[in-house]
Amino acid sequence: MPRSSAEAALPPRLLELIETLDGLDRGERVEALISIAERFREVPERVARRPFPEARRVPGCESQAFVWSEERAEGGLDFHFAVENPQGISARALAVILADTLSGERPEAIAAVPAEVVERIFGPELSTGKSLGLAGMLQSVQREARRGAVRSGG
Amino acid sequence: MPDPFAARGYARPEVLVSSEWLAEHLGDPEVRVVESNEDPLVYPSGHLPGAVEIDWLRDLNDPLRREMLDGERFARLMSGHGVSPATTVVLYGDQNNWWACYAFWILQLFGHARARVLDGGRLKWLREGRPVTREVPSYAPADYPVPRRDDSRIRAFRAQVFDQIAAGWPLVDVRSPEEYRGERLHMPGYPNEGALRGGHIPGARNVPWARAVDAETGEFLPAAALARLYLEEQGLKRGDEIIAYCRIGERSSHTWFVLTYLLGFPRVRNYDGSWTEWGNLVGAPIER
Repeated sequence: MPRSSAEAALPPRLLELIETLDGLDRGERVEALISIAERFREVPERVARRPFPEARRVPGCESQAFVWSEERAEGGLDFHFAVENPQGISARALAVILADTLSGERPEAIAAVPAEVVERIFGPELSTGKSLGLAGMLQSVQREARRGAVRSGG
Repeated sequence: MPDPFAARGYARPEVLVSSEWLAEHLGDPEVRVVESNEDPLVYPSGHLPGAVEIDWLRDLNDPLRREMLDGERFARLMSGHGVSPATTVVLYGDQNNWWACYAFWILQLFGHARARVLDGGRLKWLREGRPVTREVPSYAPADYPVPRRDDSRIRAFRAQVFDQIAAGWPLVDVRSPEEYRGERLHMPGYPNEGALRGGHIPGARNVPWARAVDAETGEFLPAAALARLYLEEQGLKRGDEIIAYCRIGERSSHTWFVLTYLLGFPRVRNYDGSWTEWGNLVGAPIER
């Protein structure tokens, strides 16, 4: 699929992942996303412990996802997640993807990531309810990035 | 084996199977286990041995129109999974059997009486440490005569919702309170999959679907707890004509299942047009 101008502006690691997934058939994409989900690591205890505060909950996510950010010494943010639904495999996959591809990126670049990337990552088979929840994870990361920018005076 | 559902007081407990029962029938040629999920990654990541997948989008919808599959497609779907009208289909899935109940509702539209739901769904099966596999089974096609889809008994269309409002009969909105209040319509970037207006159908009670389930175990609540929720708290009566709805009719099929089979309400219909139809209808009345 050709790049749109919005996609060309995506953070490079996210764009690379999307282009890799684009080259896979449906079954391969599913397997790739499951493998990504298996790399999920929950938010470290130095950042958060149960019970997780409601303020960290992703609105509308049936998989009960929570999002945190942590400032890096060299600048920028690392993103951390919890997914309380043990069957939230797509949520875990997206958590890994967002943490891997958006951590350390400029807040403006994170804020500019369009919600459509959820469909680009997972394909068109998602229900709208599922898309809503996953897009909510992206939006929560974007909110964290904006807050981080304000804190750092950026 | 003792009947785990006898003590729960359900009106029609025969529509449920327990994980113990299913574990003993995994290889039963008269039983076909079907997984149906919200999350498309769940089945390929591991499912009950011998279970096939029915995907609501790919398998249960008309490929062109906003309509569910017709009798010919249904017969092909069943046949392809080795299901005949005599096969007992046991449905289960993620999200507290939400999509499993949707598939169950579709099976009832086509009159497949031998359908069951696994109480507790995937969650309970996994928590009990029962086996899963990533091996996708295939079955020899079975003979499934093309059935007629009967939309008259358990399915509601918008004209009937207008009648329902005029008659003052109960509507049950099973969406989240935020959706019911019109605060959340759709995700940014996907406006065509949402609704142009937010709120709820006038007079509808808001009972989020998942309140019928024990969040810890994934099991359906006992009938007494369901009665407190729907009869005492919401004032529904068993003889009522009831229409349940949500966004596209998937979550409300779960409530339809609970009211019809667990509480024994005889006249419950699922409005699958739901809010994505009602919230886009010109001139349709809305409350917030």
